[in-house]
Amino acid sequence: MSDKDNELVSSRRAFLGGAVAAGAGALTTGAAKAQTADPLITEIQPWAQGFGDGVDAVRYGLPTEHEGDVIRRNVEWLTADTVSSINFTPIHALDGTITPQGCAFERHHSGAIDLKKDDYRLMINGLVDTPLVFSYADLERFPRENHVYFCECAANTGMEWAGAQLNGAQFTHGMIHNMEYTGVPLRTLLEEAGLDTTGDLSGKWVFVEGADASSNGRSIPMEKALDDVLVAFKANGEALRKEHGYPVRLVVPGWEGNMWVKWIRRIEVMDGPVESREETSKYTDTLEDGTSRKWTWEMDAKSVVTSPSPQAPIKHGTGPLVITGLAWSGRGAITRVDVSKDGGKNWETARLAKPGEKMALTRFYLDTDWDGSEMMLQSRAMDDTGYVQPTKTQLREVRGLNSIYHNNCIQTWLVRSNGEAENVEVS
Amino acid sequence: PAIAGKFGLGRTALPEEIAAWDGDISPNGTGLPVGSGDALVGEEIFADKCASCHGDFAEGIGNWPKLAGGADTLNHDDPLKTVGSYWPYLTTTFDYIKRSMPYGDAGSLPDDEVYAIVAYILYSNDLIEDDFVLSNETFFDVEMPNANGFIVDNRAETEYVQWTGEPCMQDCKDVVEVTMRALVLDVTPDQAGAA
Repeated sequence: MSDKDNELVSSRRAFLGGAVAAGAGALTTGAAKAQTADPLITEIQPWAQGFGDGVDAVRYGLPTEHEGDVIRRNVEWLTADTVSSINFTPIHALDGTITPQGCAFERHHSGAIDLKKDDYRLMINGLVDTPLVFSYADLERFPRENHVYFCECAANTGMEWAGAQLNGAQFTHGMIHNMEYTGVPLRTLLEEAGLDTTGDLSGKWVFVEGADASSNGRSIPMEKALDDVLVAFKANGEALRKEHGYPVRLVVPGWEGNMWVKWIRRIEVMDGPVESREETSKYTDTLEDGTSRKWTWEMDAKSVVTSPSPQAPIKHGTGPLVITGLAWSGRGAITRVDVSKDGGKNWETARLAKPGEKMALTRFYLDTDWDGSEMMLQSRAMDDTGYVQPTKTQLREVRGLNSIYHNNCIQTWLVRSNGEAENVEVS
Repeated sequence: PAIAGKFGLGRTALPEEIAAWDGDISPNGTGLPVGSGDALVGEEIFADKCASCHGDFAEGIGNWPKLAGGADTLNHDDPLKTVGSYWPYLTTTFDYIKRSMPYGDAGSLPDDEVYAIVAYILYSNDLIEDDFVLSNETFFDVEMPNANGFIVDNRAETEYVQWTGEPCMQDCKDVVEVTMRALVLDVTPDQAGAA
C-alpha cells in the first residue's frame, strides 16, 4: 500500500469511529429535514467548474483512490512466508456476484510466477492415443465456452474451526472469488489426444500439474474431467491475472480451490490417483478419531452476511437497513437463503438478487427496518439438492475440531446497538 | 491428418519432452527412478539444504513444516501431522521432494540425494535403522504408520442425509448466548497498517 492509501484508510477509520455513535436514532420514518443549506449544493464545487481527467490520462484504470481500502489483505501469522500463503478478497465491501480480478484472493505454494504466452506449453500424456503438446495459440483455436463459477479455497473459514478468531468477513470467508471464465472444455483436449485405446474410462484419472515450482499436482477422476472441467484463459472478459494462473488455469466447478491448477502445464491420463502431497499431506480432513477423509472435492452449500459485518458496520442509525450477503454451493444452485437476526431462533427468507446458478456465487438481500437493538445475524443457505447449511455445532459433532478444511458452518455476527459488528459464536 | 471429430491442433509430444515433465510417482511405485541413499548421507545433505527451515532433526523451525514427530497424535486436540505420523505413502515424499524442494530451488536434487534425504526423514521418524539403504528396490520395505488412516469422502452418508430437508423457521431454540468472541483473541490484522 502507498502512503496515500494508508492515509485514506486511516481517515476512513477515524470517520467510522466518530460517526458510529452519532448515527443512532437519526432516522425513523420519512425524510429528515436539513437545518441549514448544504454547501455541497449551494456552492459551486471545483468538479462542477473545471476539468476532469482527459481520456488519455489512464490507459488501464484502477479503482478511485477513495476506494483504497477495498483491497486484498493477508494475515501474517497464518503461514511461514508470503510465497506459500493466502490472501483474502474484500467481500465485505463488494456487491453483486462477480469478483473484480484485481482484488480477488490469491493462494500460491511457490509464488505467482511470470509465464508468457510464447513460453507456454501444455502437454497431454499418459494413457492417450497420441501424447500432445499445445501452444497457447493452439488452445485459442478450439471451440470455447463461457461459465461463471466460484473458486473457494478448501481452507476458507478454516481458522474458525476451534472458535471465533478473525474479525471480518474478508478474513473468515474471503478465500473465494467468482468469475466468468472463457476456455476450452478439458474433454475437448482429451479427445484431441484420443481416449480410444484407454479402455474403460470409468476407473481412470487425470493428474494435472502447474508450471510453478510447487507444481500443485492433483488427481481428478475421469468422470469429472469429462463433465465440466474447463481449461480457461480468460476471466471476467480479459486474460487471467498473473497471480490467477496467466496464461492458462484449470477451472473445476464446485470443487475445492486447490484443484484449480494454475499455470497448468501437464495433464496425464492414468490408471489411478497419484496421491500427491496436495491430496495426502494437505487437503485431507482429519476426524475426531484420528482417521482422515481424502478426496473431499465438493465445496458444500455455504453463505455469509457480508454487510453488516465487522468491517462493514452500520453507520446510518436506525431505519431502513440492507442486510446482504453471498451464498454458494459446489453441488448445485442456491435455491434459498434464510436470515436470522436473533442467533438462529427465528428465520426470514431473504430475496435472491437473481435465481441461483450452479456452482456460482448468489447474492441475497434482506431489506429490513432496524430499530437499533442488538442483533445476532446469521444466514443459512439451501441448494437444489435440498441440503441445508449446517451450524458449526452440527459440523463439529460429525468431524471434531481438526478438519482444517471444508468449514461451511453458519456464521454469526453480533451487531451492537451502536452499529459495530463482531465475529462471535452462539449457543 | 485429423481424425474425424478432432481438430488436428497441437503436435505429438516427443519422448524426451515427456520424460522431462512427467515425474509423478504413484503409490505402487510407478515412476520411481533407479537410485539409492541412506540416512547418514542424507543427514549431511539435509543439514546443507533443508535444516535452515526444517531443523537439524526435521523437527521444523518456527512456522516451517515439521517433517518428524507426532506419532499417535492424530486423535489429539492438536495433532502433529508429519511424514512419519500422517503421510500414507512414501512415494509422495519422494515425488514432492524431487519435484518441489528445496523451497526456492526446486528440482535441483539428483535422485540419489532424494533417496538419501527421504531416508534421513524416515530415520528422524524412527521408522528405519541408520544402516538401512533406501532404494527403488527397498522402497516398499518401509511401513508408513498411517497408511490405513484415510477413508474416501463419506459426507453423503454421514452428513447429507441428516442436513437435508425443510429447516426450522420459528422458535428454533429457547436461549441464544454468545459463547465465543473474536475480539477476545484480537489476532485480526490492523487494517489501517496492513497491506
